[in-house]
Parts: sequence; C-alpha cells; structure tokens
Amino acid sequence: MPTLTYRKALNQALSEEMERDERVMLMGEEVAEYNGAYKVSEGLLKKFGPKRVIDTPISECGFSGLAIGAAMYGLRPVVEFMTWSFSLVAYDQIVNNAAQIRYMSGGQFSIPIVFRGSSGGGLQVGATHSHTPENWYANVPALTVITPAFPDDAKGLLKSAIRSNNPVCFIENEKLYGYEDEVPEGEYLTPIGQACIRREGGDLTVISNSGSTHRALNAVKQLEAEGISGEVIDLRTIKPLDFATIANSVAKTNRVLIVEENKPFAGWGAQVAYQIQRELFDDLDAPVHRVTSLDVPQPYSGKLEQAVLPNEDRIIAAIREVLA
Amino acid sequence: MPAADADVKNPKANGSSRLPDLQPQQKVALYRQMLLIRRFEEKARQAYTQLKIKGFCHLYNGQEAVAVGTISVLNPDDAVITAYRDHGHALVRGVDPNACMAELFGKITGCSRGKGGSMHFFDAQKHFYGGHGIVGGQVPLGAGLAFAQKYLGTNRVTLAYMGDGAINQGGVHEAMNLAALWKLPVIFIIENNEYSMGTCIARSSAGDPLTKRAGAFDMAAIQANGMDIDDVRAKTFEAVSLARTESQPTLMEIRTYRYFGHSMSDPGHYRTKEEIESRRKADPIEIYKARLLEQRAATEESLNAIDEETTAIAQAAYDFAEASPEPEVETVFEDIFTPEDQIPEFRPNPRG
Repeated sequence: MPTLTYRKALNQALSEEMERDERVMLMGEEVAEYNGAYKVSEGLLKKFGPKRVIDTPISECGFSGLAIGAAMYGLRPVVEFMTWSFSLVAYDQIVNNAAQIRYMSGGQFSIPIVFRGSSGGGLQVGATHSHTPENWYANVPALTVITPAFPDDAKGLLKSAIRSNNPVCFIENEKLYGYEDEVPEGEYLTPIGQACIRREGGDLTVISNSGSTHRALNAVKQLEAEGISGEVIDLRTIKPLDFATIANSVAKTNRVLIVEENKPFAGWGAQVAYQIQRELFDDLDAPVHRVTSLDVPQPYSGKLEQAVLPNEDRIIAAIREVLA
Repeated sequence: MPAADADVKNPKANGSSRLPDLQPQQKVALYRQMLLIRRFEEKARQAYTQLKIKGFCHLYNGQEAVAVGTISVLNPDDAVITAYRDHGHALVRGVDPNACMAELFGKITGCSRGKGGSMHFFDAQKHFYGGHGIVGGQVPLGAGLAFAQKYLGTNRVTLAYMGDGAINQGGVHEAMNLAALWKLPVIFIIENNEYSMGTCIARSSAGDPLTKRAGAFDMAAIQANGMDIDDVRAKTFEAVSLARTESQPTLMEIRTYRYFGHSMSDPGHYRTKEEIESRRKADPIEIYKARLLEQRAATEESLNAIDEETTAIAQAAYDFAEASPEPEVETVFEDIFTPEDQIPEFRPNPRG
C-alpha cells in the first residue's frame, strides 16, 4: 500500500471533496496564496481558483460566523483555523450559532460545516498556541468532534466530515502533519463515530486519541519486552463516542488506562472513565487509570513541556500501576 | 399575511431605477402591516403579564416603520436576519401570527416548535433566518447569507439588522470588513432606538453618527428617519439597489424609538415618562395614517376597519396559542441533527 504524510492525506481529502461537490469551499488564513500555514491546502487555489479557496483576514469570529451563515444558505464550507487555539475568539459563533441554530429553529436549518485545523503541544509554541480543544467542543450537544491519529483516518474522516450534514470540529495534530503511513488508494470513507484497535493485546486496554495514540503505542511496544500485552484503542472520533469497541476490549482485558493530552479536569477521558465504571463495573479488576497533561499552562521550555505532556515515561508507570 | 401586497419588485426587472410610487392599496397594505405588529405586540405584552409567555420578550412598539419599510423594498426570496427584537420582522416576512404567538407560548405549533421562544423565531420558507439572542452574533451570519447568495449567483440580497448596542461588538466590525472586502450584497441595518438596554448611545459609543464606522471600510452609509416609513423605504431602496446591481454592502442607521422597556423585565428607570410621551407624538403609524388620509389613499372608516381586523388577528393568535398543545417531552431529542444522506448515520440514541 502506498504511504502518505498526514498533511498530504488531508490535502487529498479536501481536493477530492471539492471536486465532487461545488458547494464545498475552503476559507481561512493563508490557505490560498500561501498554500496553507502547514501546507494542508497546498495546490488547492491553483486547482479550484479564488472563488472556492479563500484567504481570510485575521478575524476568526467574523469568518466563522460568515461560514455558518453560508452553510445555513446551502453551501458546505470548510473553515481552517490556523490552529484550534485561535478558535476561541470564534467560540461564540461555533457554540451559539453552529451548534444551536438547528435546534432553536425547530429543525428548519442545516449547518453542514467543517471547522478544521491543527492543535496540540510539543512544539514549544507556548501556552496560548498549544491547546487541545476536543473536550471544550465535545461538551456541546450538537457538535461532532473528530481527532485522527493516522494519515489513512485523517483522509477518510475528513471526507466523511465534509459529507456530513451537521457541524463538525475536525481537530488535527500539529506534530503529526509530517508523519507518514499507509493510505489506501482509491475512493474510501472512514466511518465517523467508530474507534479503531491499532494494536491487539490481552493484559489491559489503553484508550487514546490523536498524538497520544502514538505515545501509547510506543509505551505498549516497549513493555512487550517484559511480556506485557497492551491493547491500544485509537478513538478517532471523540463525540459521538464508540463505547461498544471499548466495552468489548474491557470485557477481554479487565483493566483500563486512558491517555489524553487534554488537561485533566473535564478532559474527554473523564467522561470515558465515568462511562466505563458505570457500565462495565463488573468487568474491571482495577480502577480506571488516566494519564493526561499536567494541570498547568503549557510552558515554552522544551524540558518543561515534555514533562507536562502525557509522555511515555508516565504512560509506562501508569500501565504498571494498572497491572499491579 | 402576504408581503406581496407591499412588494416593490426588483427594479431591474421592472426596468426602473427609482423606487416606484405605490398604489393606494399598497400604501394601505403597509399601514396594515405596521398596525398588525402593534396589535400583536400589545397582545404579547398582555400574555406576558398573564405569565403565558416566559423568559425574555423584547417588544417592537414604536419601531414598526423600520421592519415594514425596509422589508417592503425586498423581493420575497431575499434574506432577512435580525436580533432578538424579532416579532415585527417575522410578521412582515409573512410568518403566520398564530405560529408566532404559539412560539411565544412555547407550544408545539410555534414557528420554532417551541424550541426557540421570543428571541428565536425562524421561517426558512419565508427566507427569515432568525431571531438571534447574542448581541451582534447574527451580523457575521448575515454576511454569510450574502456570501452564499453571491457564490450561488442568485442576484438576491440580505438585510442584516442589529440594535445600537450591537455596533460595538467585535464580530460586527469583522463582518463589515469582510462584506466590504469581498463585495457582499448585504445591507447592515442599525435600528438605533437610542438605548442598549439602559445605556444611552452617548454612554456606549464613541464616534457620532454611527454610520461613520462604515467609512473605516470604505463602505456606503445611509441614515434614515425610522418614524417615517417613506423615508425608510427610499433610503433602503438605495442600499438594496447598490447591493443588487453592484454587489456592494451598505451600513444603514435608522433612527427610531421603542415605547416599552428593553424587554418585559426592564423597569426603564433610565428614561423619563415625559421623554417617552413626547416621542410618542411622532408615532410612525399615526404619521402614516395622517399621510394616507391627506393623500386620500384611504378613508378614516377603512383605516378603522383595518384596526379592527388586526386587533382580531392578534386575538385569534392568542386564542390559537392558548389552545395549542405543548410539545411532548420526547421532542427534546428531535431537531438536533440533520439526517445524513451521503454517509451512514453515526449517532447512537441521544437518550444516552
């Protein structure tokens, strides 16, 4: 199977979906002439022209709201946030408009919009640029929240997200843009709301997403040498949560570790931990454990930032605790 | 109530580049629309004091000429979006008064199925895009409606209303910049009733008049007297023509006044009874009535008959709302998601 980088996979998804449906268009800062701050939109202006690939001024609230209005009217916009950290100035538009208008109108309008962009820490870009916002958006009832970890999922899920008739927060990971892995050729979609078992095992279930899926896989691989067999579930979609895949795995392993880059209080893992103990209580041989970012703002110093992130050392230590 | 009575069609289609004179029956239709709003709002006020309407209720009394005048120069398929003082705009757009009152009462027969309430009237069929509660939040949406109208080559325009309190929101400036930069066919209309809740213009806004803000974006700006429906019509027509023929936005400031508080919860201590009484002397409906009689466009009897008619419509709406059932509890799980038709449905039961 051929390989692609995560960014190239996203690029293909955008290109294919824009070719397929004229109502799909892309707007955001530097997406057109600059070819994208992270090159995700490279070549799209040349292929589709300035009507469909639009450079916006720096005004996330304004252009997010504009895109939502356009979606109400029948377009299918893809809005790029240069990083999801910049979405906060548009939070009112996303939460109060994209996620409420259908309900408030008694079902009269659809909002087929995708907000997408990079997220996550580990690049020493400081506290305001390193957020992992999936929990902030997952708490909003009408939003779908997707966080792909692998290029094949990035492409298949972005295609599905664009075809969804509902508002989607598509949260990419900045550290993964250059990560290369297998991507199927030809037309395919990855199902939204379906988790993926990226590694099978019998001793414990590790549940993760996005950049942390790779940290979890690395940690589990290291422990293989000690005879520890970890099963790693990559959630892919945070909301709606694929609890069935989790339940099947926990029935087999009876122990759970959640690994998430969210800060701990009301991070997505807190919700998953609640559901597991509530519905799979009798399957558990140990309390649900959780490794998150430390509950501090993100520091610039590389040494400090690595300590803040859910690094492999802390994951390995936590796995040992769960198995003890 | 059909808006067609007072429609002035696309001037290009008519081969006309000025606002056509109205026939007497069209003038009377405008009068009727204003009076319908007035009587509906009075009924809503009564219902609110009877505890049949809850939450927030922002009445439009005094501002009728703005909604009626501006919308009267639109085509039925142009887009209208406004803030939470939206009952008048909805009625002018043709939303059934029964459905409006039922929405206020929170009934399933409401225009938003009881899910929206006073601040969130919507009617997709009538090209009425709401009804929005966050101050200024609807203004970028309005720019987006216009963006889509242009993208799809429809030759339609959007009226995006806001109050004088909204003009200082950041998103409003962002939307204005986008509209001017991208040449969107949107008319931003400030309904300046001089108070944002309890804060008068002088205490909220630097830079007078408010239309000066358009200059920052090289955008056209027009002011109108909101108590004179003919002035509102003439000025809106200029803006709509600019949008339709050149795809350029305009910022309109329409000076008006509200007789009641910001909402039903507002005791209104920030202005005097004398001020309100004095402003009521320039009532837009009375002004237009006098004009129609002077022009012999109608008789006293015919206009009184319209008063009776609109009063009856408002009462009928009240009765309809009262008699309508509330939504079943199960409906809380409806109207959240649009069914998928290009990918498989991926949501489990929202009941959890």
